[in-house]
Amino acid sequence: MDDAGSVIAFWLLAALTVGSALGVIAVRDLIRALVLLITSFLGVAGLYITLSADFVAVAQVLIYAGAISILLIFAIMLTPRASRDNAETFLQVPAFLLAGLVAFTIAFISLQTDWSIAERGGFGETASAIGEALLSKYVLPFEMASVLLLVAMLGAIVLVRPEGTPEE
Amino acid sequence: MSIGLEHYLVVGALLFGIGLYLALAKRNFVGVLMGVELMFNAANLTFVAFSRFVESAEPLDGHVFVVFVITVAAAEAAVALAMAMLVYRNRETIDMDRINLMKW
Repeated sequence: MDDAGSVIAFWLLAALTVGSALGVIAVRDLIRALVLLITSFLGVAGLYITLSADFVAVAQVLIYAGAISILLIFAIMLTPRASRDNAETFLQVPAFLLAGLVAFTIAFISLQTDWSIAERGGFGETASAIGEALLSKYVLPFEMASVLLLVAMLGAIVLVRPEGTPEE
Repeated sequence: MSIGLEHYLVVGALLFGIGLYLALAKRNFVGVLMGVELMFNAANLTFVAFSRFVESAEPLDGHVFVVFVITVAAAEAAVALAMAMLVYRNRETIDMDRINLMKW
């Protein structure tokens, strides 16, 4: 990845992603924090595209920027009398220290380690290879994921059903 | 100046740290959930970066793993929304420091 275009794209997208993630911490309004979080998700999708992961990038836009952010909006809208100020608890300082330590450790180790880099270049189109792998080598985890989604959906419906609804 | 694996790993580390801070320190339950989602994203970014750059017999396995992580994240978000609704219905709040029924 030496050409000027991908270098510029990486730095812009990395700044967008990390900057709007920092905004989620700083902004004092929950809805605005959510909008910044969606921006961060879209930045991560752009980073996937610079890594030539087209299928994962589209899945990221559909599921994170689409579905999960809608669920978070629901969670905010369905709790109208809860606080909206996006404030911190008393754990602010220890959480800051721990998070800084974890991020520094991961970054330090990844800069120190001598990874076995492959000179392979980007992938072509990846969707068909991913589909092939999902239905041959990973067919059992694939089916388990579908069962997990079904169970989570049913569980969510059962949990939020109002009290006193007659059992069928 | 070329972009390599380390650049993506550092971005992933920063995202993970931000997500961890949100998950530990935010008062509103939705803020905590946002932090968890950011940590998922950081891990996914690391998976895809390794898949692109590191020597491997089947480099696309990282992408398959990311698809599974996204699936589990969607299930987790749905269940977490249901739990937030339940807590709100019983306590009229989803502030983490006021959900202290089990505190001794």
